[in-house]
Amino acid sequence: MTMKQLSVFVENKPGTLAEITGILGENSIDMRALSVADTERYGILRLIVDHPKEAEAALKEAGFKVSLTDVIAIAVSNQPGGLSQALRYLAKAGIAVEYMYAFVSQKADTAYVILRVQDNAKAVKALEEGGIPIVRGEEVYRK
Amino acid sequence: MERYWNTIETAPAHEMKALQSLRLSQTVRHVYEHVPFYRKKFDEMHIKPEDIQSIDDISKLPFTYKQDLRDNYPYGLFAVPVEQLVRIHASSGTTGKQTVVGYTANDIQIWGNCCGRALTAAGADASDFVHVSYGYGLFTGGLGLHAGAEEIHATVIPVSSGNTKRQLQIFKDFGSTILCCTPSYALFLGESLRDMGMDQSQISLKAGIFGAEPWSDEMRWKIEDLLGIKAYDIYGLSEIMGPGVAFECSEQTGMHVNEDHFYPEIIDPDTGEVLPEGEVGELVFTCITKEALPLIRYRTRDIASLTREKCSCGRTLIKMKKPSGRTDDMLIIRGVNVFPSQVEAVLLELGDTAPHYMLIVDRVGNLDTLEIQVEMKEDMEFDAVRLIEETEAKIKSAVASTLGISAKVTLLPPKSIARSEGKAVRVIDKRKI
Repeated sequence: MTMKQLSVFVENKPGTLAEITGILGENSIDMRALSVADTERYGILRLIVDHPKEAEAALKEAGFKVSLTDVIAIAVSNQPGGLSQALRYLAKAGIAVEYMYAFVSQKADTAYVILRVQDNAKAVKALEEGGIPIVRGEEVYRK
Repeated sequence: MERYWNTIETAPAHEMKALQSLRLSQTVRHVYEHVPFYRKKFDEMHIKPEDIQSIDDISKLPFTYKQDLRDNYPYGLFAVPVEQLVRIHASSGTTGKQTVVGYTANDIQIWGNCCGRALTAAGADASDFVHVSYGYGLFTGGLGLHAGAEEIHATVIPVSSGNTKRQLQIFKDFGSTILCCTPSYALFLGESLRDMGMDQSQISLKAGIFGAEPWSDEMRWKIEDLLGIKAYDIYGLSEIMGPGVAFECSEQTGMHVNEDHFYPEIIDPDTGEVLPEGEVGELVFTCITKEALPLIRYRTRDIASLTREKCSCGRTLIKMKKPSGRTDDMLIIRGVNVFPSQVEAVLLELGDTAPHYMLIVDRVGNLDTLEIQVEMKEDMEFDAVRLIEETEAKIKSAVASTLGISAKVTLLPPKSIARSEGKAVRVIDKRKI
């Protein structure tokens, strides 16, 4: 019930992000969601794309440090308190969220949230028991 | 009027040579009888102790290397039974493979005597307060100068290293007159004095003895200016004794070697041949009075030259130039000896990174800094900042505990460190010394 996130190590140099997105474009890879963690020395670019394996190969080929990470995507109803409820189930199960980011789905009343946790299986169980819909990779990869 | 601690410091050449010859022949007999390592070596080279009659015969003897000390770790090269040992010191190194040295009561007495000569040359006497900011412990710096100060009946203030504010307070309140520490720390103390709004009139320092790391004349002038003192160089290494193997006089143009105890030679590091006076090569010492650990022709890896030119101070002890470099890749960072191979060993043992690294040494605000840049493994998880920071912190703490030095650790993506076709370039030393 997890999906693949592409992580790219980005050195703080002008043009690096342009180069990465350029490589993805040339390989006809479509981005679904994106988040950047930035530190004073480097950034970590996290991407959800339609073809994770191909994207990983293309960036590796170009000399980038990339990896695929299993993350959880949940669907959250587009109303106040929607995300909070899901996070409460995780907290109750003692699961810490390493990082998360959201993006909108095609459906107007739902937002997708990507969650990175230590123990995916445990997190999926806690969310499902709470009735939070887990989004399958294929649903996001496909338009 | 120049003062000397011992009359031997101004002895005529023939007298020194006779003394060295006698002491060398005694030492050779001592090691042949008590150190199996040397007996084996001498036998292999068909050298009998009676073949060594004069100091000129020294070139017949084999060299001793740092590796020999490691191979015989910890006490294998000691020439006396434990009952006669009174002290152990050790130089920094990877855990379990430090260079361990030992002293008899007589060795310690001679060490104090040599440091006493250095202090006397720097103008110290029984009326002085000798402030020792070298570290006390396995490192020879602190206890060496401490013994020297006691030898000349000065009053020792054994402050040890660190806590700069307290050091300055002690200058002021206890009336320190002679400072002993590393040159970079002396500079830092001088700048801290200024930054804290204190001036030279509030302290009584008149001279300092600085060593254990390379420093330049520019640094000397800056220290002299900031602290209002005269700054003297001192040379030593634990394998031979510690600080006080050689020391500077008022002329400040090189260091007089205590050659009645440590016989110096300059050799070609490639061929091992002894080079004539004045030529630059590797400095080699033979301990001719040591009892516990008398090393024969020890290869220091320091590059220097020797001269017997007349010195204005009146001492006839041979002078060595300040070492201009090393024949190996050893770095001296804040007084700590660091070999790139030691850092490599730590990285490999942890196994969290690729074996590609670069050491960047710099001097920021007069203190040496070390940055270890190392590549991540191809399969390392790095999608959260925490994962990178944790790996960096783990390496930092392993380096601190095994090498005794604090370093900044920077993880880099794979293949970002330039690969070399030949000998890998592992070090960038940006310090201007």
